[in-house]
Amino acid sequence: MRFVPVTCEQRERMLASIGVPSVDALFAPIPDEARLGRPIALPDGLSEVELAAELEALAAQDVSGLVSFAGGGCYDHYVPAIVDAGGSKPAFCTAYPPYQPEVSQGTLQAIYEYQSMVCALTGMDVANASVYDGATALAEAALMAARVTRRERVVVSGAVHPEWREVLRTYARGGTIEVVEMPVFDGVTDLDALGGLAEGAAAVIVASPNFFGCIEDVRAACACAHDAGALAVVAVNPIMLGVMEGPGALGADIVVGEGQPLGNPVSFGGPGLGIFAAREQFLRQMPGRIVGRTVDVDGRPGFVLTMQTREQHIRREKATSNICSNHSLNALAAAVYLAAVGSRGLAGIARACLAKARYLHDALLQTGRFEPFSSAPFAHEFALRYLGDVASMQAALLKRGYLAGVDAGRIDDGLARVVIFAVTEKRTKAQIDAFVEEVASL
Amino acid sequence: MSEVAARRDLGRLIFETGAPESACVEPPELDVPDVDPASAFGDAVRQSPLMLPHVTEGEIARHYERLARLNFGVDTGFYPLGSCTMKHNPKIAERACRLDGFAGIHPYQPEETVQGALRLMHGLQEALAELSGLPAVTLQPAAGAHGELAGLLVIRAYHESRGDARRRVLIPDSAHGTNPATVAMCGYEVTQVPSDERGGVDVAALRDALGPDVAAIMLTNPNTLGLFDENVMEVTRLVHEAGALAYYDGANLNAIMGKVRPGDMGFDAVHINLHKTFGTPHGGGGPGAGPVCVTQALAEFLPDPVVAKEGDRFSFVRPARSIGRLRSFSGNFGVLVRAYAYIRGVGGDGLAEVSEQAVLSANYLMARLKGVYDLPYDRSCMHEFVLSAARLRRAHGVRTLDIAKRLLDFGVHPPTVYFPLIVDEALMIEPTETESLETLDAFADAMLAIAREAERDPELLHGAPYTTPVRRLDEARAVKEPDLAWRPRTPDAHEEA
Amino acid sequence: MYPSDLKYDREHEWVRLDGDVATIGITDYAQDQLGEVVYVDLPSVGDEVSAGESFGEIESVKSVSELFSPVSGEVVEVNAALADAPETVNASPYEDGWMIKVRVADPATALDGLMSAEEYEAFVSEEA
Repeated sequence: MRFVPVTCEQRERMLASIGVPSVDALFAPIPDEARLGRPIALPDGLSEVELAAELEALAAQDVSGLVSFAGGGCYDHYVPAIVDAGGSKPAFCTAYPPYQPEVSQGTLQAIYEYQSMVCALTGMDVANASVYDGATALAEAALMAARVTRRERVVVSGAVHPEWREVLRTYARGGTIEVVEMPVFDGVTDLDALGGLAEGAAAVIVASPNFFGCIEDVRAACACAHDAGALAVVAVNPIMLGVMEGPGALGADIVVGEGQPLGNPVSFGGPGLGIFAAREQFLRQMPGRIVGRTVDVDGRPGFVLTMQTREQHIRREKATSNICSNHSLNALAAAVYLAAVGSRGLAGIARACLAKARYLHDALLQTGRFEPFSSAPFAHEFALRYLGDVASMQAALLKRGYLAGVDAGRIDDGLARVVIFAVTEKRTKAQIDAFVEEVASL
Repeated sequence: MSEVAARRDLGRLIFETGAPESACVEPPELDVPDVDPASAFGDAVRQSPLMLPHVTEGEIARHYERLARLNFGVDTGFYPLGSCTMKHNPKIAERACRLDGFAGIHPYQPEETVQGALRLMHGLQEALAELSGLPAVTLQPAAGAHGELAGLLVIRAYHESRGDARRRVLIPDSAHGTNPATVAMCGYEVTQVPSDERGGVDVAALRDALGPDVAAIMLTNPNTLGLFDENVMEVTRLVHEAGALAYYDGANLNAIMGKVRPGDMGFDAVHINLHKTFGTPHGGGGPGAGPVCVTQALAEFLPDPVVAKEGDRFSFVRPARSIGRLRSFSGNFGVLVRAYAYIRGVGGDGLAEVSEQAVLSANYLMARLKGVYDLPYDRSCMHEFVLSAARLRRAHGVRTLDIAKRLLDFGVHPPTVYFPLIVDEALMIEPTETESLETLDAFADAMLAIAREAERDPELLHGAPYTTPVRRLDEARAVKEPDLAWRPRTPDAHEEA
Repeated sequence: MYPSDLKYDREHEWVRLDGDVATIGITDYAQDQLGEVVYVDLPSVGDEVSAGESFGEIESVKSVSELFSPVSGEVVEVNAALADAPETVNASPYEDGWMIKVRVADPATALDGLMSAEEYEAFVSEEA
């Protein structure tokens, strides 16, 4: 495929107008010793027909269309048709970040509305235009808490997704923060152990629902953080906020989350959507782009990128983060999704997930193949201990068309035999019953 | 008529549309026993009312169609934003990433069920290794800045593994802001290195700045002036002699494919912006992707995971001394699919042509404009060049911002302005290879017309733009009176009003 | 052009000494270079500031600059009005737009090394 419209004859005219004999002359500053001196060793280009066939063949090597009970931070919710129709318009996709607001009101207003919806969901004052994903949002929250409190140690619950905790440790490798983990008891954070750990900390970080799907005592965790002078950081699942209280009302200072469930496909885990919201008093320490509403010279309403002095292109090494992008298209999809389902719809979807997860949970226990992992209440996801070899169980069910949960032992060595099941509103009672029957027959 | 419709409801929010009863998507009838959230969650159940929009599908469709019409994308018109490489985004790539075998696979599926995805990722790793001249690749970083973080943490881990604690990173004064910001996140200090009179790294100043405490230099070549640094081999040699490593910011890779590779210039690590060079959409902010390529010596420190090939089977592996995960799962896969499609479609021969045409088009525009606008470094440029409007400012009080805003009235997206910081009243212009000669000429004509307007009627430029949906916005008010989220009117506020 | 009763430093701050209390702000030239000021970050009463060192930050929409103290001493008063009306710095840099008042240890030597109005004017014309 070729996307160059300039013709050979035009190329000659351009060279003449520049006053050089050849295109090669323009590359004269490249030292000889560095030059490639051979063609690029990649296959020649393909026609669109050939390329489409190759891509379809690659995609066909993957097994899709499974009946999924897998979650672990990436969820198989229904994506309404309007999300694709509204969110995939070329004028949104092919635009640069909105640094020229006069011709970027579409992106800007869409992001302002996204920020407004995030604030509504989380109960927070301000949200940014998003960061890369939930895990990096969590790491940015820890760095922000360290700036706000001028402390270094962050205390993270061991019930936060293991990959998110690992990302936090990777971000800590620069030495700007130190990470300590809170123990887990019965599937939830052991808050009795938190008091001592929180002393002198910059942040206390919990997720609710947590990696095991369990509901944490967010109010108590926030109070504990505040008693120690630390910020309370709470990770959420945005769908479950349809029926769960926003952490803002429970004392959180920063709320983060993975926004993929809101209208974005699972897409092998990326791109995700890093939800990031905070109390207004911390606005100047927030990372990432923020859109604000204002007026133009004629008094018409309009939107701009604002509070930009926090960001790397102005404050450079003193910026609140090095982040330069936001996952704008994913945020747009989330905004269209939330507009499409509305308050009642989101509550209904969350409630359906809750009821179906409970139904599967009880049915799986009745098969006698599992034992409980935790006695804590759970939302749309839950953990059970399998009384056998997890890998062979999952392989057998895969052959029958099921994605039988997430093998937590593959993600965290300490969780051997623990399987985490997620149930979305897409799963029907018939699918769940058939799945349970297959499990029972193993 | 459509323009009128788009502008009619300017600023009207989706929250202010529709009726309280309205809804677009209803969840299906519950087919299992209901569970009362209050009994399940106790204290954690939602008590505050949730204030999301309430609109029908038709209202949503119109709302976003209206917003799209207020936007300017590459599909709308010429977008010569310097350092951003706003080239055409191929449509086949958009279709490919939505194929069910790509969009519909879960990250925790067993590897034998995602061999197509892994094969694609491995193929992309190989292609980027060939184009960068560096053998080991991670696709994990979600953006260029994220790639910088990965690369610098890898460099830090390398030094630490040798018991060699270093604390400074050198950065030229023409660098992107992400470079110093990344240095700070990695716990290093920034030492700025000045540019010489030809726009390259001042080698004498570099010698002075180097020392046993320097961990790395971060460099873009061609640099942000659009100039190829002729001393690059000496720069990387001096850096290595001081025991430091050389990091390459691949923002400008679109200039050099097929001509020269970062690895062959002596760089140890490079990030590549797939949303610039490989035609994946900028998306009004993202998602992009910023894969990092490194030398064999750094390979064992790469983030977890990378894709490995054994026989005919592909799998995720954790490098031996990995710095760990940098995000959840394995990468912005949807973006990786698009970039792979671009590279396969355009091919090795096509990529070389891409860089040649990008450089030719930039030099053509530079030649057309340099008599009227100042060219601070008068030598052939690569894929972009930087002009200065300092003379227009002195003579007529017209600033670069005025020129940028006036361009909007000509239907062109303005170039990057006020960057790099070392050029006064900078205009940074990158046409890319996907623009026709007709488009380039129309842009040059517009720039020349604006220069004439600046002489005759500076006030006209101060007031521009005139034809856009909104005109210049009060950005000071946006900071001083932050309005960052819509809030439902409280009953009290309603009474006051 | 610049008030003759003030002293100036090379970072474009001015200082006025009344007894042992020094009032500090930025010059008309500095506010003009910045453009509309949208935020001023100032220290608290009781903080110590040192001559030549940063005591705060001043922001326009697209720039941020550090504020440097021309003198050393303890902050005794902060211009709280700038929190709600930072643009006062533009409108009245030498009067209502003052930033902090500092009690200096030795008023006799506190302003040593700073520029007079004429010297500052010459300095500015060189820089521009």
